[in-house]
Amino acid sequence: MTIKQLSVFLENKTGRINEVTKILAKNNINMHAFSMAETTDFGILRLIVSDVDKAVNALREASFAVILTDVVCLSCPNVAGSLSAIMEKLATHDIFIEYMYAFAQGDEAHVIIRPNNLPRCLETLQQESCDVLDKDRL
Amino acid sequence: MIWNRNKECMSRDEMSDLQGKRLHKLVTLVYHNVPFYRNKMQVMDVSPDDIRTIEDIVKLPFTTKQDLRDNYPYGLQAASQSEIVRVHASSGTTGNPTIVGYTRKDLSVWSEVMARSLAAYGITRKDTFSVSYGYGLFTGGLGAHYGVENLGATVIPASTGNTEKHIRLIRDLHITGIACTPSYALYLAETLDKMGLTKEDIDLRVGAFGAEPWTENMRREIEERLGIKGYNLYGLSEIMGPGVSYECQEQHGSHINEDHFYPEIINPDTLEQLPKGQQGELVFTTLTKEGMPLLRYRTKDLCSLMEGECACGRTNVRMSRIMGRSDDMLIIRGINVFPSQVESVILEMPEFEPHYMLVVDRVNNLDTLQVQVEVRQDYFSDEIGRMLAMRKRLVDKLKSVLSISADVKLMEPNSIARSQGKGKHVIDNRKLN
Repeated sequence: MTIKQLSVFLENKTGRINEVTKILAKNNINMHAFSMAETTDFGILRLIVSDVDKAVNALREASFAVILTDVVCLSCPNVAGSLSAIMEKLATHDIFIEYMYAFAQGDEAHVIIRPNNLPRCLETLQQESCDVLDKDRL
Repeated sequence: MIWNRNKECMSRDEMSDLQGKRLHKLVTLVYHNVPFYRNKMQVMDVSPDDIRTIEDIVKLPFTTKQDLRDNYPYGLQAASQSEIVRVHASSGTTGNPTIVGYTRKDLSVWSEVMARSLAAYGITRKDTFSVSYGYGLFTGGLGAHYGVENLGATVIPASTGNTEKHIRLIRDLHITGIACTPSYALYLAETLDKMGLTKEDIDLRVGAFGAEPWTENMRREIEERLGIKGYNLYGLSEIMGPGVSYECQEQHGSHINEDHFYPEIINPDTLEQLPKGQQGELVFTTLTKEGMPLLRYRTKDLCSLMEGECACGRTNVRMSRIMGRSDDMLIIRGINVFPSQVESVILEMPEFEPHYMLVVDRVNNLDTLQVQVEVRQDYFSDEIGRMLAMRKRLVDKLKSVLSISADVKLMEPNSIARSQGKGKHVIDNRKLN
């Protein structure tokens, strides 16, 4: 029940994200979600896309450093307190979150989580009957 | 003031005569005591008897930094170990440092040539002089130190570091002269500002600057900001250390102590001696050295020589400013850095591609070094923390190998130009000319 996230290494310079989106557009790949983590001289662009293999090949061909990471995608109600309830459960089970990002639309919110311990995170979420999405439901 | 009028103002004929005699003695010494030179001379079919005048020097073999490394540690030493009273070392490129042993007489020559330099700057017994080169294996600190003592001024062995304390000493002890790198002099000026002091609060009047390339603009800035007169002090550890040549009040070239260090300018490609006045690679022969005498040592420094009596009265030959290097050595904050040192560190770390670029700049008068390197696809991580840890490992390793801090910039794959044959690995943005 995990999904594949693309992580792309980018130097901090104008136009690099544009390069990535151009390549994805040319290959007709849709982005479901993304987030950007940055330091003073480089950044890591994290992407959830419609066609993982095609995206990886296209980006590597253009000399980007790309790796795949398993992450959890969670759906929860777009109301106050729903994320807090889930975070509470993960913390209780001693699961550390390396990073996460979220998108809310209408009644639903999608949260991408990169935990330190993926199997235990999935186990906990299932025990707690959280709505974990697979790639077909993205 | 002229410290040794006999030697510094000798007629040209007398000087050539003295140099020829000393060269013959030197060649005889190394021929008998240093197998490296004997072998080279035998291959070239030259014997000490063939060397009678200073013009005969062109018959002798050259010595390179690589020869020094190949003969690490004591292979080129001509004196027995019991005669050696001190050893200095300069940083190696990838492997061995260069070890230089001095006999008691070598040290006495060194403090003599340093005293000549200081006297030319106008330092006298009444001065209090701070030596702010590093003390230790580096020749700068101790070399200048004993020169000041020999001259009879009061020496303050301040070394480097703790700049605020140093400035308080300069003010409170009424220090009038200082020897340091030109970039450290500018750093002193900045620190003076930061402490809310001005040049009116201190009594400094003379600076002896060397160990790194500097420009006339830097000289003007240092002189203006510290209220001093700044003089060039040239030297290299293989030959002696600071004191090989020095500027006089005219500041028109640096006088070479040529009764001890015989200079030549050669074409670095053909190795032919060039006529005086032409620019080429500076070569020194240590006419009087006992510990580790060198024949025709190639400094890789590019400059020209000026003959003729100087307005100051000295007759010894002068060298121009160093215009560049005939190899890829960089001098960063006074430290010698070779791109090959960085390369060897990167090659040892599987996280990085074997492609790199050194970017050197000067920001607020301090040299900066950035090493750009590509991360290997397999080692790339989605976590910032891991990427930063990888960068830190390289920063730490570079620091231990280079002895100076370098900033590391992680680059995208294929973003660093691949070398075509002899790679270009350096972008030097410092404006030194």
